Amino acid sequence: MRKQKLVLVGNGMAGVKTIEEVLKYAPDLYDITVFGAEPHGNYNRILLSPVLAGEMTLQDILLNDLDWYGANGITLHAGRKVIEIDRVRRVVRAEDGTEAAYDRLLLATGSTPFILPVPGRDLPGVVAYRDIADTEAMIDAAGRYRHAVVIGAGLLGLEAANGLIQRGMAVTVVHLGDWIMERQLDRAAAELLQASLEARGMKFRLGAQTAALRAGENGRVAVVELADGAEIAADLVVMSAGIRPNSALAESAKLHCERGIVVTDTLQTVTDPRIYAVGECANHRGVAYGLVAPLFEQARVCANHLAGFGIGRYAGSVTSTKLKVTGVDVFSAGDFSGGEGCDEIVLHDRAGGIYKKLVLKDDRLAGAVMIGDTADGSWYFQLVREGRNVSGMREHLMFGQGFAQSQLGDAGHQGNSQAAALPDSAEVCGCNGVCKGTIVKAIREKGLFTLDEVRQHTKASSSCGSCTGLVEQILASTLGGAYQAVDKSARPLCGCTEHGHAVVRKAIRELRLLSIDETMRALDWKTPNGCASCRPALNYYLISTWPHEVRDDPQSRFINERAHANIQKDGSFSVVPRMWGGLTTPAELRAIADAAEKYQVPTVKLTGGQRIDLVGVKKDDLPAIWADLGKAGMVSGHAYGKSLRTVKTCVGSEHCRFGTQRSMDLGVKLERMLFGMWSPHKVKLAVSGCPRNCAEAGIKDVGIVGVDSGFEIHIAGNGGIKTEVAQFLCKVASEEEVKEITGAFLQLYREEGFYLERTCHYVERVGLEHVRRQIVDAAGTRAALYARLLHALRDAPDPWAEQQAEPLARQYRTIRIEPQQEKGHGMAESVSA
Amino acid sequence: MAWQKVCRLDEIAPLGARVVALAGEKIAVFRTDGDDVFALRDACPHQGGPLSQGIVHGSGEHARVTCPLHGMNIALASGLALPPDEGCARRFPVRVEAGEVWLDPSAPAGT
Ligand code: SRM
Ligand SMILES: Cc1cc2nc3c(=O)[nH]c(=O)nc-3n(C[C@H](O)[C@H](O)[C@H](O)COP(=O)(O)OP(=O)(O)OC[C@H]3O[C@@H](n4cnc5c(N)ncnc54)[C@H](O)[C@@H]3O)c2cc1C
Ligand code: SF4
Ligand code: FES
Repeated sequence: MRKQKLVLVGNGMAGVKTIEEVLKYAPDLYDITVFGAEPHGNYNRILLSPVLAGEMTLQDILLNDLDWYGANGITLHAGRKVIEIDRVRRVVRAEDGTEAAYDRLLLATGSTPFILPVPGRDLPGVVAYRDIADTEAMIDAAGRYRHAVVIGAGLLGLEAANGLIQRGMAVTVVHLGDWIMERQLDRAAAELLQASLEARGMKFRLGAQTAALRAGENGRVAVVELADGAEIAADLVVMSAGIRPNSALAESAKLHCERGIVVTDTLQTVTDPRIYAVGECANHRGVAYGLVAPLFEQARVCANHLAGFGIGRYAGSVTSTKLKVTGVDVFSAGDFSGGEGCDEIVLHDRAGGIYKKLVLKDDRLAGAVMIGDTADGSWYFQLVREGRNVSGMREHLMFGQGFAQSQLGDAGHQGNSQAAALPDSAEVCGCNGVCKGTIVKAIREKGLFTLDEVRQHTKASSSCGSCTGLVEQILASTLGGAYQAVDKSARPLCGCTEHGHAVVRKAIRELRLLSIDETMRALDWKTPNGCASCRPALNYYLISTWPHEVRDDPQSRFINERAHANIQKDGSFSVVPRMWGGLTTPAELRAIADAAEKYQVPTVKLTGGQRIDLVGVKKDDLPAIWADLGKAGMVSGHAYGKSLRTVKTCVGSEHCRFGTQRSMDLGVKLERMLFGMWSPHKVKLAVSGCPRNCAEAGIKDVGIVGVDSGFEIHIAGNGGIKTEVAQFLCKVASEEEVKEITGAFLQLYREEGFYLERTCHYVERVGLEHVRRQIVDAAGTRAALYARLLHALRDAPDPWAEQQAEPLARQYRTIRIEPQQEKGHGMAESVSA
Repeated sequence: MAWQKVCRLDEIAPLGARVVALAGEKIAVFRTDGDDVFALRDACPHQGGPLSQGIVHGSGEHARVTCPLHGMNIALASGLALPPDEGCARRFPVRVEAGEVWLDPSAPAGT
């Protein structure tokens, strides 16, 4: 089949990102040709500011050098501006006559700086701030002249002014508005920022209108004249009074434009579906974005469509801004101006140079502005994007992620918010030994923008995941505004799919999908049979959604769950029989002792979960040791599973002089009720007989504390990677109610939790209120959840007994063959499978 | 060459593996869902994890196993670790004939 022809006009950030994504999805679909007006490869435009300030070199900011195009079979016409699109012949033509035919055309022409229509705007020494050429002109002027005027105190203007000061110029910023960065900051924040910039020598003229630029004797610009008659010396004038979507080419081809090229949710132009537009030149639902993060989202959706998948839709973005002036921290996101129906929380420390404002609307964070201390910017931004209900942490919100979450549950962002302050040598990923410096270097040199890319290139955050939050913060602080945290609930399962956990769970339920194959087909999986990340997740979603109907797939389970034992570093396994509620008997202990001797178990250990671990058992011996334990009445402890683990108990009122409730007895009942329960992650319970809480119920997924009048139920605690204190859910009077509420909560978690999300992360995501409404307030919902759990757990088998039968037993047997001498085609029948 | 019979193909689960022991050496024999078979020394190039216990995915030339200990991905056809990891598990010739799996454990490394 003839390859289709894809032509990109505009060799910038959004366009090339789209091409990279197309190559990822459909490497062989297109012959690709790229036209770029600039004579360079693709570079990271946002890093022009550090280049101007002398903190980076042009070499540092290249994303794709010329070799990259060749290596990917892309024809690059660098330095050739396209001036005509012939939509009938489907050909584009460049200024120098170069033509290229297309089947699909992608326009990513960016924006053009707005040049004030004042006299003198064409004088030498007047520049815009957009590309490498502008930056080089500014660096050159800084080496030869003294006075600079920047017109426009937006993000770009301030970064330009800062860069020129760093290069030794005297800089005045002329701004029409009453305060600087008025599109991103409120007045109080702007004044604080202005003070800190003035402390660095920047001068400001606010409320000032530029009337004309006048030349000096050498013909170069020399003076800026303001409308009020004032004059400012200027050997260099930088116009940064805004940008306009660059749609001239599209307009000449009669594509519908209206402050940008109008596109649909698939980034196709409304006029011609063969032609796509992404980036600053595009107008999507009335918005032309001017920041990289949303443009990259567009790029992904567009590439998805170009690759022929057609499932992605771009629905617009919330944006955030960071000013890249080293030493001055500014962050703004969402709707920060407040107004009708909004509440504001403000912290203003004028002397300390810190200002923070959070705008709340309908119990959600609508926007945030921060000056001086922006460490929590990415967290606030995440809250804005996710639109999560924050009423539960309102009083702690202002003090940042670390504090708010120490008061609440963890968001799965265990890093402290000090990524920017960490030294390069600080170890970020403890599992793989990756330092901050390595991550920052990879982000810069390889042009990484997402968590997944960092995982792939550095391995950081790819094991236990506890440093994920920190890695995201490093991304945010290294990339500035170009980083867009992915909404956790929308994050794809893994590289095999575009879909997030919520979408997959819903599809399985609503389309009645009953096998992994079927699910992958229905959801357009990109790989033939998934990977070690998505298969276990899908298997869990299927068996939890359709209990007794779906066949469990052992090959889609991690070895521990496939072999019903924990694998050890030397390839042996551990055996942990269940001891209901932490109780045992002399007969059980005797059977364990006998088994330990018979199978030469090297280590016998008490676990942290009130039971006994036989560590170092050979895989071949597992079925036999289980059979021996089974004869003494013992069953699997599921110490290996994303499943019910332990129910710890204290002695309780059965024996203890302080006990108010029979905690051992209730613990055993709960453990028997929940036996065989698979869940998104492991589940641990505890029952204490009084508030002294000797069973440590405060750090369990469900913790029950007996009191004189009944039982307090706490949920979503965690004693692992990051300790989380369980939250009080409700108090009940009877054991029967404890069972029902515990069961209903765990069923809700089983139905709504994302795979590998502990209860603390699940509750943090959906909110305690959500849980309380279903479990405490709505008796009907609670009863139904409880009934569904009991149905799912009906006749739950002991997996150790099940594994004794063929063909399951086969996996445990090593096939032994004898070394043999004969040449030729095998005579050896010495096989014992 | 010394081909030896290992087991019937249907004694290895699709997307699964069996361990073959021969004079102290352990070899993992994998089966993909397209019924291709591959054999590698049952030791991950990282820290010797038993590859036979990993999750098998992909098919044909792109079949791979994820090591159960720390998640390295190993290409079954070449024994090479996938980027960003490095390392190689030794391959052994293996084939299916009339529903039986045959292995040549004596083949020199690198074939
Ligand atoms: C055997 C035991 C340690 C011991 O000798 O006491 C143990 C052993 C392992 N734990 Fe644990 N944990 C054990 C109690 C705990 C506890 C204490 C408890 O349960 O009261 C905790 C903290 C409480 C909690 O989970 O909230 C604990 C928190 C973890 C975590 C972190 C979980 C988290 O959400 O933060 C992991 C990692 C994971 O599951 O992803 C983990 C993972 C592991 C694994 C399974 C690692 C693995 O995947 O191979 C360890 C297997 C070791 C091996 O070689 O077999 N283990 N682990 C304990 C078994 C208890 C039992 O009877 O079943
Ligand atoms: C100094 C500076 C700092 C910035 N800082 C940030 C920041 O901190 N955070 C952030 O999110 N964003 C920042 N931005 C904005 C960000 O760089 C842009 O949003 C982004 O580059 C837009 O991508 P694009 O692909 O739409 O356009 P561009 O990257 O501008 O690419 C468009 C390309 O198309 C070429 N072109 C145009 N017309 C034609 C034609 N007819 N034929 C051939 N080629 C053509 C242009 O020469 C250009 O190379 C900054 C921008 C600048 C200038
Ligand atoms: S803390 Fe748990 S996971 Fe870590 S080494 Fe000990 S047993 Fe293993
Ligand atoms: S031993 Fe295989 S990944 Fe570590």
